[in-house]
Amino acid sequence: MTAMTGFGKLAFVETKLFLRERVAVAALFGIPIALVVGFGLIPGFDKPSKTLSGQIGTEYIASLGVAIVIAILALNGIPSALGTYREKGILRRLSATPLRPAMLLTAKLMVWVATVLISVTMIVAVSRLAFHVPLPVKLGWFAVSVFLGVAALFALGLFVAAVAPTSRAATGIGMLLFFPNMFLAGVYFPTEEMSHTLQTIGDYSPLGAALHAVRQTWMGQDPRMLYLGIMAGWAIVAGLAAARFFRWE
Amino acid sequence: MAVIEVSNLAKRYGDQVALDGVSFSVEQGEIFGILGPNGAGKTTAVECMAGLRRPSSGTIRVLGLDPQQQGHALRERVGVQLQETHLQDKLKVWEALDLYASFYPRPADWNKLLETWGLAAKRNAMIGKLSGGQKQRLFIALALVGNPELVFLDELTSGLDPQARRLTWGLVKQIRDSGVTVVLVSHFMDEAEELCDRVAIFDQGQITALDSPEGLIDLAETTHRLLFRPTSELDEAELSGLPGVTGVSREGGRVVVSGTGDFASAVTSELARRRVLVADLRIEGRTLDEAYVALTGHTLEV
Repeated sequence: MTAMTGFGKLAFVETKLFLRERVAVAALFGIPIALVVGFGLIPGFDKPSKTLSGQIGTEYIASLGVAIVIAILALNGIPSALGTYREKGILRRLSATPLRPAMLLTAKLMVWVATVLISVTMIVAVSRLAFHVPLPVKLGWFAVSVFLGVAALFALGLFVAAVAPTSRAATGIGMLLFFPNMFLAGVYFPTEEMSHTLQTIGDYSPLGAALHAVRQTWMGQDPRMLYLGIMAGWAIVAGLAAARFFRWE
Repeated sequence: MAVIEVSNLAKRYGDQVALDGVSFSVEQGEIFGILGPNGAGKTTAVECMAGLRRPSSGTIRVLGLDPQQQGHALRERVGVQLQETHLQDKLKVWEALDLYASFYPRPADWNKLLETWGLAAKRNAMIGKLSGGQKQRLFIALALVGNPELVFLDELTSGLDPQARRLTWGLVKQIRDSGVTVVLVSHFMDEAEELCDRVAIFDQGQITALDSPEGLIDLAETTHRLLFRPTSELDEAELSGLPGVTGVSREGGRVVVSGTGDFASAVTSELARRRVLVADLRIEGRTLDEAYVALTGHTLEV
């Protein structure tokens, strides 16, 4: 065996493969930054806004960026990537080697989680350096919120990958979940302007809970335990269902 | 020494019977062919032997191991090239070999495999850009990268042009010559006849015959034709009484003798005894293709 173990090499190769998908990489790192810059340049957007529960406009957009990255990866990236790996027999070929195919899943998850962390760091850094947005005040709770958001949405994405019969279906179902989640979370327009019913539904959606918790912790509030609980719930339920139904071929 | 021992292997998918009590053994160092039409249970048998599928009943020992209980130990010593498996399009040829080599405790030198399988020039090419033949050669190289004692090659020449098939056959013989036991799944008769030391004919989940290709042809007792042009006087009727001969006729200037078994030797020695000189002597038929039809009662439909 060479210096790098089978798993280490697999993680390295998966990273290279991820970086070769130039469009996806550009979208994941570029869209949130473009949003922050685009809105950040609007005059008056650097002031606390009444309609945004007192949050600074740019900080609000930066929070959206965090939610968007997680949602794109979880609901677009994961279902289509795993659906393709299964459909092309890549998982089947791997299961004939001494390496367990679960290692491939682990390697891919590591790459995706790292992508979220880098993208979130970039969002925070650009907002701070270019637009004087303060760093998330409750940094620990902010990290917990991002982590739980990733867990909840990745679990949902894995569940879609597990139950979808084909890679096309996986991509389609992922999209069907992506747009309502984005809407309910308040990505298209702030939840502050939604009806009470929609707000409540949004609170219980995984992306909605994640975005609320991220916004609260950025502004310096403790996150509502309800949101953390909702995200943990989604992570556990969808995660267990994904593990139960996942097929290697 | 038997490398693989399979007894009473059965596999059902719901109501469908894929394998119905199959028994055979594969000896060290041979190329063992599994031949039959689609749906005969060939791939299922390979998947059971490679530990990728759990048999409904029966026992399997591969390299002395139980593929279900000792799958990990087995996969370190066995290479596979499976049907309908691909790799990531944007993975480079060398990366694939380097990656798969890292999964095994004692991998082969993949640079040598690149040379052997004619992929050295494609080392930095992405797999998605390879031709069908190049991909197939890469998959075979990947089956060998773990330095296996046994390889399963499933439909390795499907989709290749005739020249590429010939080339691949030569390389499969090289694998055998290096001491690796090969189990070759195919639905091509010529492939089995060219490569295999022994062939098991699968049909509807059962083995209808198992022998060397020559043995199968003899077993099938198919009728063949001996054709020649006599250059001196010959009374054909004198040939019809010879052992194995089933008919004699004349087509223009040519005499056509049909028969089974070793009738051709009988005919030629009779001609020699009578001092009849012949030209254009040839024998038609005697292919595994015809034997297959005789043994199973139907042609090998793809």
